[in-house]
Amino acid sequence: MTTKYFIEKKSKLIFRIIKDKVFAAFLLLLAVIAVIPLFFILYYLAKQGIASINIEFFLQLPRPVGETGGGISNALIGTFLLILFSVLFSFPIGVLTGVYLSENREGKISSAAKLSIDILQGIPSIVIGIIAYIWLVKPFGRFSGFSGSFALALLMIPIIAKSTEETLKMIPYSLKEASYALGIPYYRTILKVILPTGTSGILTGLLLGIARVAGETATLLFTAFGNPFMNLNIFKPVNSIPLMIFNYATSPYPEWHKLAWGASFVLVIFILTLNLVSKWILKKFQIKF
Amino acid sequence: MRSEKAFRNILKISAVITTLLVILIFITLVLHSVPAIKKTGLSFILNKTWDPVQDEFGALPFIIGTLLTSVIALVICIPFSISISLILGEYFKSGIISGVIKGLVELLAGIPSIVYGFWGLFVLVPVIRNIQSEMDVIPYGVGILTSSLILAVMILPYSASIGCEVIRMVPGDLKEAASSLGANKFEVITNIVIPYSKSGIIAGIFLALGRALGETMAVTMVIGNSNFIPKNIFSPGNTMASVIANEFTEATGAVYLSALVEIGLVLFIITAIINYFGKKVIQHFEIKK
Amino acid sequence: MDFEKISDKVLIVEDFSASYGSKEVLSNINAYFLRNKVTAIMGPSGCGKTTLIRCINRLHELTEDTKVKGDIYLDYQNVFYMNPMILRRKIGMVFQRPNPFPTMSIYENVLAGYRLNGIKLTRREKEEIVENSLLKAGLWEEVKDCLHKKGNFLSGGQQQRLCIARALAVEPEILLLDEPTSALDPKASAKIEELIGELKETVTIIMVTHNIAQAARISDYTAFIYLGELIEFGLSEKLFTTPEDKRTEEYLTGKFG
Ligand SMILES: Nc1ncnc2c1ncn2[C@@H]1O[C@H](COP(=O)(O)OP(=O)(O)OP(=O)(O)O)[C@@H](O)[C@H]1O
Ligand SMILES: [Mg+2]
Repeated sequence: MTTKYFIEKKSKLIFRIIKDKVFAAFLLLLAVIAVIPLFFILYYLAKQGIASINIEFFLQLPRPVGETGGGISNALIGTFLLILFSVLFSFPIGVLTGVYLSENREGKISSAAKLSIDILQGIPSIVIGIIAYIWLVKPFGRFSGFSGSFALALLMIPIIAKSTEETLKMIPYSLKEASYALGIPYYRTILKVILPTGTSGILTGLLLGIARVAGETATLLFTAFGNPFMNLNIFKPVNSIPLMIFNYATSPYPEWHKLAWGASFVLVIFILTLNLVSKWILKKFQIKF
Repeated sequence: MRSEKAFRNILKISAVITTLLVILIFITLVLHSVPAIKKTGLSFILNKTWDPVQDEFGALPFIIGTLLTSVIALVICIPFSISISLILGEYFKSGIISGVIKGLVELLAGIPSIVYGFWGLFVLVPVIRNIQSEMDVIPYGVGILTSSLILAVMILPYSASIGCEVIRMVPGDLKEAASSLGANKFEVITNIVIPYSKSGIIAGIFLALGRALGETMAVTMVIGNSNFIPKNIFSPGNTMASVIANEFTEATGAVYLSALVEIGLVLFIITAIINYFGKKVIQHFEIKK
Repeated sequence: MDFEKISDKVLIVEDFSASYGSKEVLSNINAYFLRNKVTAIMGPSGCGKTTLIRCINRLHELTEDTKVKGDIYLDYQNVFYMNPMILRRKIGMVFQRPNPFPTMSIYENVLAGYRLNGIKLTRREKEEIVENSLLKAGLWEEVKDCLHKKGNFLSGGQQQRLCIARALAVEPEILLLDEPTSALDPKASAKIEELIGELKETVTIIMVTHNIAQAARISDYTAFIYLGELIEFGLSEKLFTTPEDKRTEEYLTGKFG
C-alpha cells in the first residue's frame, strides 16, 4: 500500500519531539516554582521560631509589654481545651452520620445529609464564627471557650463524617453477611464488626479534623476571643495558639513578634505531625480487601 | 429488637441533625440580616460607602475586593496547579519525584492560614513595598496584590489535588489508543486528556475559587483594611471575610452588626452554590468512569 | 519453516523476552510475520499474548517497570532504534474493549491519527480519508448520515469497527488486534471476522484471540504461546490438525486454558 496522505517531513518530526520535551520541562519548572514559597516559609519559620523557643516558652505566661521573655503556656492549654471539647462535640455525631451514610446510600435523608456535609465543609470559617457568636456568645453575654469549641466542632463534623463514610464503604458486604449469618443483630454487627474494621480510617479522619482546626483563627476571633491569662474554665474566654499569633503578630512590639514566631513554629510542627501520623496509621493499619 | 430499632434511629437522627445544622445556620444568618436588609435593601450591594458612624452600609468595596483578590489569585494559581496536576497525574504517577512533589504540596496545604498571614506580613509585604517604591507607586506593601499572591499559594494544593484526581480518571485505554496512532505525550495530553477532563478541571478551579472567597486570616493581615474601593491592584482594600474579622467584635448598634452578618450570608450563599455545582461536576466524572 | 520468500517477512521477533519488574512473562520468543497474512496468537489467559503485541509497537513503554531483551524488526529495521511516534503510526492497534474517543465525533475519530500527529489536510482529503477508512471497516453505510455525531450511541460492534477505521486511516503496514471480538456478541464478532478477511489485502494482521474456532476460521498462520514461551508456530491448517507439540494438542482439545 502506498502512503497517500500521511506525509511527514523529518524536520517536522524533530519539531514535534522538541515540543514534547519542552512542554514536559516547562511543566516541571512550573511545579518546582510552585513549591518554592513553601521553602521560604519553612526556612523563615525555622529560623525565627527556633530562636525564640526554650523551656520558658512552654511553661510561662506572656509578659506585659516592655519585659523580655515569657511564654505561651496559656495558649497551649487553651488550644488543648478547645480541641478536646470540639472533639467531644463533633466525633459522635460525625461518626454516626458517616455510618448512616454508608449504610443508606440512597434515600432522601442520605442525599440531604450528603449535600449538607458538602455545604458545611465549604462554609468559610468566619461565617461559622458568626453562627457560634449568635448561638452561644450573645445569649450568655460573654465570649467563651465553649462557643469556640462548638464552632470548631462544626468545622470537624464534615471531615469526620466523610472519612467514616468512605472507610466503611470500602468494607465488603460479605463481612456483614458473615456476621448476620452467625445470628448477630444489626446494631452489634455495626458496633462490633464494621466499626472496629474501620477504626484506622475513622481515626485518620479524626486526626485530619484536629489538624484542620488546630490552626483555625477566624472562627475563634469572636467566640473563644483570647485571654492573656491562664484559664481552665471553658465558659470564659480562652486563649489559643493561632489567636495568640494573630494578636502578637499585629502588635507593634518586637518581643511579642518573637513569641508569635515561636508559636507559629510549634503550631506548624504540631499540624504536620498530625498529618504524618494520620498517614502512617492509614498505611500501617489499613485492612485491604 | 428494641435496641435494634433504637440504634437505627440514633443513626438516622444524627444524619438529620447534621442536615438541620446547615439549615439552621442559613436561617440564623437570614434572620439576623433582616435589620440590615430592611435598612439598606438592594443598595447594600450597590452602595460604595461603608461608614458605620454615619449608619451607612454599602458592601460594594468588599465585594469588589473579594472578587479582585480571588480572581487574581486564581489566575496566578491556574498554570501552576495544572502543571502539578499533569506532573502527578500523567508524567510521574509513582516514584520518588511524584512522592516529593506530592509531599511538598501536602505540606503547603497543612500550613494554617494565620501562619501564611504572619509570614506575608513580615516577609512578603516588605518585598512588595520595595517593588512599589521602585515603580513609583505609593509603597503600602499591603494591598490587593499582596493578598492575591498569598491566596494563590494557599489554594494551590486544593486545586492541584482536584486536578490531579480528575486527570487520573481519564481512561488509560483512550491514552493508549492515541499513543498507538503515533501521538507523543504532549499530543496525547492536549488532544485527549485535557478535552476529556476539561469540565472536571474547571470544577476544581471553581472549588478553589470558593476557598479563596472565604479565606480570612491571611488576607486580613496583608490587605491593608481600607473600606474604599481599591483603585488598582496595589491599593489596600478589604474583602467580605476580612471586614467581618476586623469589625465584628467592635460593631456597636444593631444595624452595624446585622450588616456584617448579611455579608456573612452573602458569603454563605456564594460558597454553597459553588460547592454544590463543583461537587456535582466532579461526581459526574466519577460516575462516568 | 520456510513457507515464503524472505522479503515477505514484514516483522521478525528475535530472541525476545519481556518482564514486569522481576517477573518474566515472555522468554526467548522467535517468530516472524508475513506480509498480507493473518497471524493468530493463541494461548491460555495470562500467557503473555497481550504483552507480546504491545511490545511490537512499543506500547509497553507506557507501563512503568517493564523491561525487554532481544530485538524486533519491522521491514528489517530494528523497532527499538526507531522513533516510537513513527513506529506506532506504522503499526496500528485495536484494543480488546472498543475505545473511540468520547470527546470527538465519528468523523473526527477517523481523522484522529492525523490530528494527533499534527498533519494538516484539506477538506477534500479529509472527506476522502473518512469515507475510504469507513468503507474498509465496513461501517460507511451505517454511519454516513451521522458522521458529525459523537460515537457513543453506536453499538459495541460498530464502535469496534470505528476503532478499526481509525487505525486504518493512517495507513499502517501492520494491524495489531488484541481480542477484538471478546467484548462483542456473536453477530458483531462475525462481522469483524469477515472484515479481517478483507483487510489482509492491504495490511498485515496480527490478532490475539482466545477463541480457537475463530483462529482456525480466519488465520493463515497461528502461534501458540504457553507460559511465556512460543510453543508452536506455523500454518494454521497444519497447527490445528496435526500439532507437533503435546501442549498445543492439549490446549486445542480443551485440556487447559
Ligand atoms: N502491568 C503489569 N504489571 C505486572 N504484571 C503484569 C502487567 N500486565 C500483565 N502482567 C502479567 O503478565 C502476564 C502476561 O500478561 P498478558 O496480559 O500479556 O496475558 P494475556 O496472554 O494477554 O492474557 P489474557 O488472555 O487474559 O488477556 C500475566 O501473568 C499478567 O499477570
Ligand atoms: Mg490479553
